[in-house]
Amino acid sequence: MVQFLQQIVNGLSLGSIYALIALGYTMVYGIIKLINFAHGDIYMLGAYVGFICTVQLGLGFFPALIIAMVTCAIIGVVIEKIAYKPLRNATRIAALITAIGVSYFLEASTQKIMGTSAHSFPDVLGTQTFNVLGVVISMKQIIIFVVTILLMLLLQYVVQKTKIGRAMRAVSVDADAAQLMGVNVNATISYTFAIGSALAGAAGVLVGIYYNTVSPLMGLVPGIKAFIAAVFGGIGIIPGAMFGGFFIGIVETLVTGYGSSLYKDAVVYIILIIILIVKPAGLLGKNVKEKV
Amino acid sequence: MKERGIFNKYNAFWLATILVIFGLLFGLIAAGVINQVYLTVLMGIGINIILAVSLNLIIGLTGQFSLGHAGFMCIGAYAAGVVMKNVSSSVGGVLLGMLIGILISVVVGLLVAGPTLRLRGDYLAIATLGFGEIIRIVILNMNITNGAAGMVLQKVVDWPLIYIMVVLTLVVILNFGRSAPGRACLAIREDEVAAEAMGINTTKYKIMAFVLGAVFASVAGSLYAGCYYVIKPDMFTFNKSIEILVLVVFGGMGSITGSVIAAIVIGFINIFLQSFSDIRMIVYGLALVCIMIFRPGGLLGTKEFSYSALYKKLTSKGASK
Amino acid sequence: MSLLQANNLTRIFGGLAAVSDVSLEINENELIGLIGPNGAGKTTLFNLLTGVYEPSAGTIELNVNGKMKSIGGMAPYAITKLGMARTFQNIRLFKNLTVLDNVKIAMSKNIKYGALTAILRLPKYYEEEAKIDKLAWDLLEVVHLTEKGNELAKNLPYGEQRRLEIARALATEPKILFLDEPAAGMNPQETKDLTVLIRRLQKQFGLTIILIEHDMSLVMSLCERIYVLDYGKCIASGNPEEIRNNPRVIEAYLGEGAEC
Repeated sequence: MVQFLQQIVNGLSLGSIYALIALGYTMVYGIIKLINFAHGDIYMLGAYVGFICTVQLGLGFFPALIIAMVTCAIIGVVIEKIAYKPLRNATRIAALITAIGVSYFLEASTQKIMGTSAHSFPDVLGTQTFNVLGVVISMKQIIIFVVTILLMLLLQYVVQKTKIGRAMRAVSVDADAAQLMGVNVNATISYTFAIGSALAGAAGVLVGIYYNTVSPLMGLVPGIKAFIAAVFGGIGIIPGAMFGGFFIGIVETLVTGYGSSLYKDAVVYIILIIILIVKPAGLLGKNVKEKV
Repeated sequence: MKERGIFNKYNAFWLATILVIFGLLFGLIAAGVINQVYLTVLMGIGINIILAVSLNLIIGLTGQFSLGHAGFMCIGAYAAGVVMKNVSSSVGGVLLGMLIGILISVVVGLLVAGPTLRLRGDYLAIATLGFGEIIRIVILNMNITNGAAGMVLQKVVDWPLIYIMVVLTLVVILNFGRSAPGRACLAIREDEVAAEAMGINTTKYKIMAFVLGAVFASVAGSLYAGCYYVIKPDMFTFNKSIEILVLVVFGGMGSITGSVIAAIVIGFINIFLQSFSDIRMIVYGLALVCIMIFRPGGLLGTKEFSYSALYKKLTSKGASK
Repeated sequence: MSLLQANNLTRIFGGLAAVSDVSLEINENELIGLIGPNGAGKTTLFNLLTGVYEPSAGTIELNVNGKMKSIGGMAPYAITKLGMARTFQNIRLFKNLTVLDNVKIAMSKNIKYGALTAILRLPKYYEEEAKIDKLAWDLLEVVHLTEKGNELAKNLPYGEQRRLEIARALATEPKILFLDEPAAGMNPQETKDLTVLIRRLQKQFGLTIILIEHDMSLVMSLCERIYVLDYGKCIASGNPEEIRNNPRVIEAYLGEGAEC
């Protein structure tokens, strides 16, 4: 039982990170129907910015977090303007291939600049741990969880209560109609990319701290898993991405804890395939049929 | 217009082309113009042609976006590797392994295709990516494959076998493409709802194209195992699938000719980028983005080279002026 | 015995009945019109009959070799093979393929060779392809598109695209042809030519034709019987004269200023 609870605690902190990345996927998909394959690499860049801030500039955790979020937001918007905007009326496959190209570019450029090997991330949050009924909870895990929850609450506020959020919701339902109603669609898409990328940047810093390491290809697998989390919850639905992120995180730690860590990725892919076949719109989504 | 079955002049032209290229390669290699280094590059190009053409059948001709091609290549490579290690390290061993790889790929292909091909577009891409990775992870965790360390093999495959396989792949896929089942696949690419309404069992043809593509990816994998000394599971991650995708997109989704040209051109470009392998990936990424923005049809779009079209063009020009 | 019979067909989309409790009976060689205001459920009814949607309730039966066979919920391709073909309201040609290939693709019922024969280029392949080629050119002649055979479908003008859709549907060798707004976007002359074409096709191929159309002159001059849908319900049926004088139709559809 203690071991199970321990896995759940570990799963929640891993799931927080997936959830933060998944939010970006889901927001971008909701608004322009693009699987932003490069999103995982934005998260990687966030981790590197955090690394540079703490190691080379000697900043603390919170300044590093903020700088990483801002930097990633800018990068996200620039990528959208350069690579995705010209393709807004192209097929979804063309857009997906472009996103794959951007992903390749970001990974390879980072490898070129920072080297292909991993860098170790300093312990900016200390290594303090708490023992609750035999379950070990580290300070890092608590901070990751708290930061994630705060960011999610902030996001919910922005989406539900502000003018930008209303515009985002309008564009995701029908971009043309929103345009006719006076919504600036281009600006709204930029905001979406900015917010999604900022969340990925935050996730990058958090994961760097959690695993004490950053590397150019670190975004690849978590990116795909976060996407799976988004699909699981229902892509385009913000609470779905949060739920999916925590779910995938917990499943992964349970498989690692009770089975073999070699199969943890396979299990996540199998979950993806099952959900796509059984309920392709995700747990919280609705099926939409093509109009003939 | 009179065509007498298989013995028509266009097929004669094709046969002549195949023999001439073979003769040319044979001569250049015998004369030492193509040295061992270039020969290795050429063999890589041959394998890439098989991979690109077979992926193009799925993506370009049938419009089903698969990112799991490397998984099937992995099956073929390991089938050949295991047979070479345990039965016979010879061309015969590679061919036996190839056969086993094909059988496994058909079974796995059917398992993957059945459920996933009901999905559309980007969802299908992610599902096939997942399947490709599952295949790789299973192989990674088997004993007979020596896990993550991979297998060290002897080089037993020489260029004529690869040449024959390239020709075979092209003949099969082009013949399939220019037939009623091939037209059914094209119809699915163009408009699935309309294809279904015209009496085409879309599921059947999607599965057919997917499995046929998987079989040739597996063949390419077996050839790879037979001539590159080492196979490891992390050679067949979805990055490999994307590398194949780059060839297809560059040549033009839907153009088999384009895939062949792309495999050759990129093969030679890679020689020059050899010493800057880090830049190579940056260039790949930029190339994908630029192609999609500026020339989404790739090099050739959906155009296909054929002697009959060339003949018609030449004769009509002669007649009109 | 009737050729096609639908009983109490209903299709519900998220609580809203797009088609509710509609019954039809269609006899061989009839030319039927299906009219109604926008959003009345005409295309949904077509989609139900041709298998694109599964009915929420009700049955559809087709006369197959003298026996009534239930086809409700069957896959569209299987229904097409039983002899029902259609065109689409928002033209759905295979745009990047040639006009000729568009027609050939629809001939799958006629093709008696498989993938293996094609790959091995057995004599059967050449025989069958020659046969299909001839049939396809013949069909293009019927709709006056012979000169355009080798052009890409997307390059045809609008009216010709509509005719190509009809030729493609004919290539499936249907007993019943469903035309979804065949005259939409055509000028009066093109509409007149289309009327002649539809009548000719019906005779030449012994077809039963059901068409959705907003152009009343076409419907009234062409159709022997008309069904009127409004808000998913069938509010009237009968010959053009009866429909023209039916007060419910005038109220629901034609309105006060109807000049017919």
